[in-house]
Amino acid sequence: MATTVTGTKPLIKTGFGGGSKPRGPNGNGSGRNGHDAASRIQSSANRYRIGMWVAMASILMMFTALTSAYIVRSGSSNDWQPLAMPRVMWLSTALIILSSLTLETARRKLKGQFVSAHRRWMLASFALGFAFLLSQLFAWRQLVGQGIYVSSNPHSSFFYLLTATHGVHLVAGLIALLFMSLRRRVSGTDELAIAKGQAAADAMTLYWHFLDILWIYLFVLLFFWRS
Amino acid sequence: MSGETHDTHGAVHRHEAPTSFIRKYIFSLDHKVIGIQYIILALVAVLVGMTMSVLMRMNLSWPGTNWPILGTLFPGGAPGGMMTPEFYLSLVTMHGTIMVFFVLTTAPQGGFGNYFLPIQIGAEDMAFPVLNMLSFWVTFVGFVVILAAIFFSGAESTVGPIGGWTGYAPLSALPNSGPGQGMGMNLWIISIAIFCVGSLLGALNFITTLLNMRAPGMSLMRMPLTCWAWFTTAVLALLSFPVLLGGGILLLLDRTAGTSFFIPGGLYVSGVLSGTSTNFPIHTGGSPILWQHLFWFFGHPEVYIAILPGMGATSHILSTFARKPVFGYRAMVFAIFAIGLLGFFVWGHHMFISGMSPYSAMTFSILTLSIGVPSAVKTFNWLGTLWGGRIRFTTPMLFAIGFVSLFVAGGITGLVLGQSSLDLPMHDTYFVTAHFHLVMGVASIFGMFAATYFWFPKMFGRMMSERLGRIHFWVTFVGVYCIFVPMHTMGIVGMPRRFAQFTEYEFLATLHPLVVFVSIAAIATVIVQILFYFNLVWSMFKGEKAGPNPWEATTLEWITTSPPPHDNFAGVIPTVYRGPYEFAVPGAPNDFILQTEPEPGTVPATEGTGNGHNGHRH
Repeated sequence: MATTVTGTKPLIKTGFGGGSKPRGPNGNGSGRNGHDAASRIQSSANRYRIGMWVAMASILMMFTALTSAYIVRSGSSNDWQPLAMPRVMWLSTALIILSSLTLETARRKLKGQFVSAHRRWMLASFALGFAFLLSQLFAWRQLVGQGIYVSSNPHSSFFYLLTATHGVHLVAGLIALLFMSLRRRVSGTDELAIAKGQAAADAMTLYWHFLDILWIYLFVLLFFWRS
Repeated sequence: MSGETHDTHGAVHRHEAPTSFIRKYIFSLDHKVIGIQYIILALVAVLVGMTMSVLMRMNLSWPGTNWPILGTLFPGGAPGGMMTPEFYLSLVTMHGTIMVFFVLTTAPQGGFGNYFLPIQIGAEDMAFPVLNMLSFWVTFVGFVVILAAIFFSGAESTVGPIGGWTGYAPLSALPNSGPGQGMGMNLWIISIAIFCVGSLLGALNFITTLLNMRAPGMSLMRMPLTCWAWFTTAVLALLSFPVLLGGGILLLLDRTAGTSFFIPGGLYVSGVLSGTSTNFPIHTGGSPILWQHLFWFFGHPEVYIAILPGMGATSHILSTFARKPVFGYRAMVFAIFAIGLLGFFVWGHHMFISGMSPYSAMTFSILTLSIGVPSAVKTFNWLGTLWGGRIRFTTPMLFAIGFVSLFVAGGITGLVLGQSSLDLPMHDTYFVTAHFHLVMGVASIFGMFAATYFWFPKMFGRMMSERLGRIHFWVTFVGVYCIFVPMHTMGIVGMPRRFAQFTEYEFLATLHPLVVFVSIAAIATVIVQILFYFNLVWSMFKGEKAGPNPWEATTLEWITTSPPPHDNFAGVIPTVYRGPYEFAVPGAPNDFILQTEPEPGTVPATEGTGNGHNGHRH
């Protein structure tokens, strides 16, 4: 018996590429390799999803740290002056929720193999995300217009810090989104490419939902918690 | 189907290494090259850190001596060859920072972890090779920035900030609080922030690789303990570095943007009251303790980040050279996890003297002491592994045994310092210095020495010199005890940390011979490290050729050639049939059985599902 089994990614390509029919997980007589190939495609693609969950845990930790600093600082002195919320932040919030919905639609389009529809929804999400960023910038401009800067008081410091940190993560997401929607040409026959494309889209969507929920959390923390 | 032919003939698909020098050795995507890059970074950084410790020892034991060479090298910091106290304090800071971040975090995890985690789980590479390359180069930039802090600290008289590696606010938050606290401190924070990003990228990669890329049959409970240690370390890094990054951003804002996160009101610094000068703006209401919380929430897991890989390597090496399975494999795995988990709830024991409530102090105390339980489990299991073994006293084995010794010697004083009542008088004395140097510094380094001697044949295809290795071990082992055991005494007498010299204190005068003794031991220990460096370079070219498995070990790195090919297993993914430490199995022809050897008479079932715990569903 071969103690070492083949089944690296390239082997799968030679074995199953070129339009051979897809096989079920249980396969037939030579099911061992079939099982191997299918599972390897899945597991190879899965790394994007796992990686994204891990990355989100890390980002979450950072915002947890900043939140604890926020809570401690707000209670440690009487120099805390709550900001009046710029009205445009409601628009920001609506935009990012909307972008989450469009990206989810994009993801599902890809699952149904509607590649061009997928791309259109991706670009729509990109536009909404970009609009969110502009809306955030507008809020900053408004506050600056009122003479409220980073150093004005602890609440404004945290406001600029938290929106900026969220914004930086969002910009990373936007770049990834643009890259994915412009670059990818999904070939219909290569199982591995399809699985990877789907996994990358899943990971992207996951990240975007995360940023969405993170924003809602920050919004509540900044303007509705103890103010 | 075409698949069958591949199955029976073991057709291979090799990935060849890129041929251009830059893609192969500089911006390489190969986890093995990246691992070696990390190790070289640590080997360079440790020279800087070690030099600084020697300079500090010289100043402590021979105060007032003129060192002409010092005056030439640092005309500002040692005018006429005599060190200023500020220069000493900046040495303390930079020694700590460079050692903790760029040695104890890079070599065990980034270096050996990168090189051996994928091989030991039977993967061709890391899950995200580009991210892996980035993580090294980001770390490298962090190192360049910390070196920049040495040369451009903004003060002639220092080699960086003077606040220690913990960077306590408000000293660290105010640019005018002392020499080196200006640009030096900025660069320090930026370097640490960059380092955080690099470590996070690395941790992300480690976790994903381990969960996703194990070879068929490599269930979690068949992984070598090294992999468990690297995995736990990666989880710790993943969850603790973001907190330091967040704290670092707040600190930088306090320094540059006029915020008051950590700076309380009414500070009077260098003769200037907060708010009365343009370069010292008004600050109100910040909390310096908040920085301590954020820092130590990272800082305590960090010490486990430094030592867990050493524990993994020690378990691995003890088992290999005792020719016995690891005693209590499962218990070892749980102990690693318990140490990692508890590590997140004990940061307060660094802050007993910060004025915290005695009730919180007690909580932190109890949690801290409870880490003694998994630590003891590990120690007893190491002893149990050695017990009755046919021990081969090779150099890696000596260092692994040395690790156990140092871990116990350094850990036992942790039980003293973990109790708030005992910590109050001991805090900020040499007792603390001795404790953490033994357990987190030297023990981790011994783990890495063991790992180097053990895996060098795999990495370079040649054995390291045993003779030089033994000399290196014995001098270092005796040397570090001579350095750090007397320090406990100094601490008990009350000698404070971070003082440039003690000539002003009469009650410490009697300790002076001990101080000199420690310095001589330190210098001797440092000198013998030259042997190690020499051994590394010499063995790379002149060492005895090593076969694929010179130690007769069992795990996957030993089934491939030394050094392994670009894709680790020459295009053939191994299948794993057994646990990692099958030594001295009764009835077996050899006293070791490779993990890839099938059980006699059994037909390997559908692979990957044999154990069911493959981390991903099929």
